[in-house]
Amino acid sequence: MNTLVLVEHDNNSVNDATLAVVTAAGQIGEVTALVAGNDCASVAEEAGKIAGVSKVLKADDAAYGDFLAENVAPLVAGLMDGYDAFLAPATTSGKNIAPRVAAHLDVMQISDILSVEGDKTFTRPIYAGNAIATVQSSDPKLVITVRGTAFEKAATEGGSAAIEDASGPGDAGLSSFVSREVADGGDRPELASANVIVSGGRALKDSETFEQIINPLADKLGAAIGASRAAVDAGYVPNDYQVGQTGKIVAPEVYIAIGISGAIQHLAGMKDSKVIIAINKDEDAPIFQVADIGLVADLYNAVPELTNAL
Amino acid sequence: MKILVPVKRVIDYNVKPRVKADGSGVDLANVKMSMNPFDEIAVEEAIRIKEAGKAEEIVAVSIGPAKAQETLRTALAMGADRAILVETDEEVEPLAVAKILKAIADEEQPGLVLLGKQSISDDSNQTGQMLAALMGRPQGTFANTIEIDGDSVSVKREIDGGLETVKLTIPAIVTTDLRLNEPRYASLPNIMKAKKKPLDTKTPGDFGVDIAPRLTTTHVAEPPVRQAGEKVEDVAALVEKIKALGIA
Repeated sequence: MNTLVLVEHDNNSVNDATLAVVTAAGQIGEVTALVAGNDCASVAEEAGKIAGVSKVLKADDAAYGDFLAENVAPLVAGLMDGYDAFLAPATTSGKNIAPRVAAHLDVMQISDILSVEGDKTFTRPIYAGNAIATVQSSDPKLVITVRGTAFEKAATEGGSAAIEDASGPGDAGLSSFVSREVADGGDRPELASANVIVSGGRALKDSETFEQIINPLADKLGAAIGASRAAVDAGYVPNDYQVGQTGKIVAPEVYIAIGISGAIQHLAGMKDSKVIIAINKDEDAPIFQVADIGLVADLYNAVPELTNAL
Repeated sequence: MKILVPVKRVIDYNVKPRVKADGSGVDLANVKMSMNPFDEIAVEEAIRIKEAGKAEEIVAVSIGPAKAQETLRTALAMGADRAILVETDEEVEPLAVAKILKAIADEEQPGLVLLGKQSISDDSNQTGQMLAALMGRPQGTFANTIEIDGDSVSVKREIDGGLETVKLTIPAIVTTDLRLNEPRYASLPNIMKAKKKPLDTKTPGDFGVDIAPRLTTTHVAEPPVRQAGEKVEDVAALVEKIKALGIA
């Protein structure tokens, strides 16, 4: 089988989410990486070095620079004659583009796969991860989005794929990009790819307290900062901090939950973390049922003490 | 302008789904069902657009069993003007749903199709994007803010790491995210009034759409259960543990 992988990038470098997709695609067949962007030669070069990528298609056109689904989906659909499967990361960008490709090809997409079980058989979460379905496709071509935390990341070095130019219909004239507001986290790692995450919940009271308690510990550990939906809804932190069913799905090496009770909604987003540490003053909080290491304590004393001791 | 709002009847979001013992699916017998929360946000947004004088009519559509009428009545009680039920007892995949919605949009000619970004049952997150492709129209997915301005609509979208704004020419398809609005509760008088609002019943066959599934679910399992670990006595013990993990 030949697979085409959508490389996620910012026109400068490859986004980490792509690496897990390359691994998933490699379990299905040969991997060609598609870099659709504007002035994206450096991305294509980087994609060619990813271990497991045998060819890179570069579609360099202003119409693809902002990754508008209306423009990118027809490009992908047009390239699919030579491929059996199209795979994209289950990021907001991948989720935006892939179903549009599937409709162009008249196939049913398989969303957010967790594993490859056979040529056309995959597992995927349903009901917010409360059940895992094994699904088999009968379509002639596959369109798949891949949950990044479910597959190892392919190595960023070791490949030497040739780069070929590709082109598509260009600007569909339906939509235009206006602006992007990306939260500036400074030196802090991105939530989706961080090794360590310190997450705060509703118990943090307000945004100042959240910052005073959570940030120093995260700084000490070089960790990304996350939050429960309750903390986001209460306005302590912006929405993109949210870990959970309706926010980001993360699986870091270490996840530290502070003042988070552990609603199903939140657990759905972090229960695949390697080590979970919970600090909560309620010893019956459900978070302790999934935590590897728990400390029953008042976070206002325990967290500063912990930060100082590390 | 007319707004088309597709809504889905799903397991209530407060109910914890149980996997059937034989692995054939999730047990929905005697389980409370409600409107998909993201679709509720779509209905609310449509009503707000109409209240702002930018739309004249809201048509709610549901594809599902006869009981999906209840979901449509909820949309009517919130403020939709009329409803269409495309009745089937089969499970209809997003691609077939999108094809039926396309046929309805061809008849109704809405300026905007507003729907949830995903259902909380199968979590596919596909229908809006597929409908946009089939209609050859632009899509604003995961909407945080929607602003209609003449023959275009600006959609601020929730993206990884922040927000992005795109401008779409109308007709357009917009899918809703959580922060778009907080849906209203239907008042008792409005619930009574909703019973008299028109509700048409059709079948997938009326639109010539083949709803035969492309995917087969061969097995449904509980997710792996994580075991609770140990509790430590104090911060000093926790410090030791964290140091042992090699992250500090």
